[in-house]
Amino acid sequence: MKLALKVTEVETLSPLVKRFRFEDPTGAELPVFSGGAHITVEMPEGDIIRRNSYSLISDPYDGSAYEIAVRREDQGRGGSLYMHTKVSEGDEITVSTPSNLFQLDLRARKHVLIGGGIGITPFLSQLKQLDMEQKPYELHYAARTRDEAAGLKLLPEAAHIHVHISDEGARMDIGAILDGQPLGTHVYTCGPEGLIEAVADQAARLNWPETAVHSEAFTAPPPGEPFDVVVKSTGQSITVKADQSLLEALEEAKVKVEYSCRGGACGRCQTKVTTCDGRILHNDHWLSEDERGAQQDIMPCMSRFKGTRLELDL
Amino acid sequence: MPNTEFTPSIPSRPTYTGLVSQGAAPAIMVADEAGAGALIDLAASDASVMDHAHVVLIGCGVDVLRTPAPAAVHEAPDFEAATPVITQLLGEARMGTQLYLAGSEGLIGHVSAIAFAQGLPLDVIQSEHRGPIARRMQCVHCKGITEDVTTDPFTCSHCGLTLFVRDHFSRRLGVFQGVCVDAETPGVVPETVEIRP
Ligand code: FES
Repeated sequence: MKLALKVTEVETLSPLVKRFRFEDPTGAELPVFSGGAHITVEMPEGDIIRRNSYSLISDPYDGSAYEIAVRREDQGRGGSLYMHTKVSEGDEITVSTPSNLFQLDLRARKHVLIGGGIGITPFLSQLKQLDMEQKPYELHYAARTRDEAAGLKLLPEAAHIHVHISDEGARMDIGAILDGQPLGTHVYTCGPEGLIEAVADQAARLNWPETAVHSEAFTAPPPGEPFDVVVKSTGQSITVKADQSLLEALEEAKVKVEYSCRGGACGRCQTKVTTCDGRILHNDHWLSEDERGAQQDIMPCMSRFKGTRLELDL
Repeated sequence: MPNTEFTPSIPSRPTYTGLVSQGAAPAIMVADEAGAGALIDLAASDASVMDHAHVVLIGCGVDVLRTPAPAAVHEAPDFEAATPVITQLLGEARMGTQLYLAGSEGLIGHVSAIAFAQGLPLDVIQSEHRGPIARRMQCVHCKGITEDVTTDPFTCSHCGLTLFVRDHFSRRLGVFQGVCVDAETPGVVPETVEIRP
């Protein structure tokens, strides 16, 4: 479902990160959500609509507004730049209703939240939920410099909220964070791939069950070289532009593909490949190593192609 | 006597895959008299598994587990006495601690439910069924729990209704559910049979 909202606040949190607040133009209550949920924002430019998903950072129990924080990616394919340069207070904006791929497991006895850089965003709503439900947790936020640490303005000061600024010599020690946590603890990581892997490795080394280790890695699709894709059912050939994702190109051509996260994390857009003369550039976090190698599936929200012919079972 | 093989049933019915040593990691082990045999077999497969193990024995003596000696042994006459001990051990345990359960379905269900309530994912609890196949049954009508049910139907020890033994299992409570047999036709009760694995 889509919501037509109004931009009511735009705030610069750091040189690269802006916060946006969206409200219903009539002041109606918005659907509430759970900590870790995201919305998909529509960004119309000319005759194409770009869509990016962003974690909600506002209070899940507060239906008066949705807030997101967007980091400007100058190398990106334009979504975040659009948010930074084209969106201002008073504008109309279309977003999806929230959905959640990064839920807290509320049976856990304790929650350890680890956010790196802009990966702090899903935790901002989660910690409000944890406070509300009075669940024990600790949050670790790692950033390179204080200037880049946009999350600082959004985090409350509390004993169980730890900020690690590596330029100030306070590097995050993942081993020390995980070691000795009480039985029944769950850990959640969001941030760069390297951080997610480091936490998973450390947890495995300390014999944490895999089911207690959660992460969210969704990122905006990367740009790349243009390529062509053929839709099997109609024979139609579509060009995916450099600054467009395969999913966006299919949508522009009115080919229907299911999606949710648009960041390679949820699996919804998985599509069968019927011909592949070349190499799929898998950028998702969904397919397994074997599936990647087989080249019989592609995640159009993230992945691209290099070669002579790519035909999809659509 | 090895792990009991149960007939495959509905997904809610727990399965017990047997104990496999996770090495010298900190561990909590809970067993009844029949289950102690599974701990002995476990220790025979890898003696180091006992190095940091706290063992809770329900209704049997320490002498069943002499070598290799666990780090600590706690004895309790029954579930009720064992519950606070287990809760405390789980409460003090750190991530990485392994949980090994062996014995009756009632024991495995009961301790799993305590661990589940403390946030431990169920799939990391190892269990092995040993001994009689008696079940702990909860009456879905009065919610009372009847121990050691070996026949189907059986009489609820709390409200006296005649109940069917179902394979529906509550992970939260660690009990099977018993449903009234003769609700529609009072007094018409099928023949009582022994329950089978
Ligand atoms: S839309 Fe979620 S993986 Fe593509």
